Amino acid sequence: MSTGAEVIRQVKSRIDEVDPSEVREATAMGNGDAPVLIDVRESEEYETSHIPGARHVPRGFLESRIEGAAPDRSQRVVLYCASGNRSALAADTLSTLMGYENVESMTGGITLWKDRGYEVEVPRSLTREQRERYSRHLLVPEVGLEGQQKLLDAKVLLLGAGGLGSPTALYLAAAGVGRLGIVDDDVVDLSNLQRQVIHTTDRIGVAKVDSAEEAMKAINPDVEVVKYQTRLDASNIMEIIDGYDVIVDGVDNFPTRYLLNDATVRLRIPVVSASILGFDGQLSVFAPYDGPCYRCLYPVPPPAELAPSCGANGVLGVLPGTMGLLQATEVVKLIIGAGEPMIGRLLLYEALGATFTELKVRRDPDCPICSRPPEEISDDEMGVFPDYEAFCAAAG
Amino acid sequence: MATIKIPPVLRPSVGGEKEVQAKGDDVATVLQALAEQHPATRSQLFSSDGELNRYVNVYLNDEDVRVLGGLTTAVGESDTLVILPAMAGGG
Repeated sequence: MSTGAEVIRQVKSRIDEVDPSEVREATAMGNGDAPVLIDVRESEEYETSHIPGARHVPRGFLESRIEGAAPDRSQRVVLYCASGNRSALAADTLSTLMGYENVESMTGGITLWKDRGYEVEVPRSLTREQRERYSRHLLVPEVGLEGQQKLLDAKVLLLGAGGLGSPTALYLAAAGVGRLGIVDDDVVDLSNLQRQVIHTTDRIGVAKVDSAEEAMKAINPDVEVVKYQTRLDASNIMEIIDGYDVIVDGVDNFPTRYLLNDATVRLRIPVVSASILGFDGQLSVFAPYDGPCYRCLYPVPPPAELAPSCGANGVLGVLPGTMGLLQATEVVKLIIGAGEPMIGRLLLYEALGATFTELKVRRDPDCPICSRPPEEISDDEMGVFPDYEAFCAAAG
Repeated sequence: MATIKIPPVLRPSVGGEKEVQAKGDDVATVLQALAEQHPATRSQLFSSDGELNRYVNVYLNDEDVRVLGGLTTAVGESDTLVILPAMAGGG
C-alpha cells in the first residue's frame, strides 16, 4: 500500500510540470497562444487571491466542470493550487482519464508564484448570504464571481414599470444588479394586472415606481432602487439617464423613443430596446457608435394610424413577459461581457405562429444623429422628427 | 412567387394574413403586385408620388433593401420580403 506522499511522487513523475516564471511569461502574451490557466483550489482559497486571468475549477468538480473552462482538449492547460500537489493530481486526471493532450501543473503553486513577487488578484468577496443567493450564477463559468461583482456594481435604468418593465425589473433585481432606476409617472390600474406582473391587486392606485420598488426589494434587499415618478422629456432626460451603464427601453410612444435615442447616443449609453403589439414583439440592442442607433433602423416614425398603442389595440398578457425577459438577458450579457449581444440585429417574435425572425440592422452613414460625434448633437436637435407636433396631436 | 411577411398593422389590409405571396422580379414589382391584390395596402406602402414610404422598412430575407439595390433589388422565387414599420408599444 502506497502512502499519500508516494502517490504524489509517482504522479509527479509521470505528468509535466512547469515553473511559475514560464507560466507568467506565457500568460503575459495575452494572445491566442496563451495557455488556459486553471486554479484547482477550493472556493475560499480562490477568493482570497488568485493569479490574474485564472479560471476557477475546484479539484472536487474537476471532471464535471473542466470542459466549461477548457473545451479544447488539444489546448495548452496549466493547473495550479497552493503548493503544486493538488494540481499535479488534477493534471494526472486530465491527461490519463480525460484525454487532455497538453496539461501541466505549476511547480510550487501560488505560494511560489507569490514568493517570486508576481502579481495576484485579490477579488472583493461576497458575503456568505450573497454566495448563497447568487450560487447558481457563481456556478456558471460565463458569470462566476467576476460577473456577479459586475452585476452588483452595475447601474441599469428601466424606462417604464409596465408590461416590459415588470419582468425586466424583477429578474434584474433577482440577478443582483446593484442599482436599478425606474422612470414611470403612472399609478397601478386594474387593467394593468393582466400583464404587469410586478404590481398586485392590493396596490391598485399606488404609484408604479413605489409598487415596483416594493416587489424588487421583496425579492432582493441588496438592490438599490432609484425612483423617478415623472415622464421622460427633453427637460429632464440628460439629468436622469446620465451615469447609468445600460438603459432598458420599454416606452409606449415614438417621441420618447427618438428622444431617448438621441440622448443616449450623446452620452454613449447602450439601450436594450423592445416593443410589443398584439402577438408581435421586436427586440434590438442599440450601442452608440458600436452599432446602429434607433434612427438608423427607423429614420422616421410611421403616421399615427399605423402606430397604434397597446392601450388601443391590446396585447397578449404573456408577450411582454417574453420580450421583457429577452431584454433582461441582453442587459445581463452587456454587463458581464458574455456572448453576442443583439447589436446590429433585430429580432421579430410572432407568438401565434411561434416564429422568430432575425434581421440585420446597419449603421446609416447619413444618420442625422450617430453619423456625427456626440458633442455636436445639440439640445435643440434631440427628439426631433418630421411632423412632431402633428404626430403627437394625432396620437392623442 | 415571393413570400411577403405582413406586419401586425398591415394585416387588416390583407384579410388578416401574416404572409402573402406575390409575383415580381424585383422589390418594386413584388410590392406593386401586393398593392394590386390588396389595394388597402397601397397608401400605407407608397407615397402619392409612387415612392416607398420612408417609415416602411423592407428586408429581402434578412437584409435591408436600402443597403442592397433599393426597390430595384432582384427578388427570387424562394425569397422572403419582410415589411417592417416601427412599433412603439411598451405594454
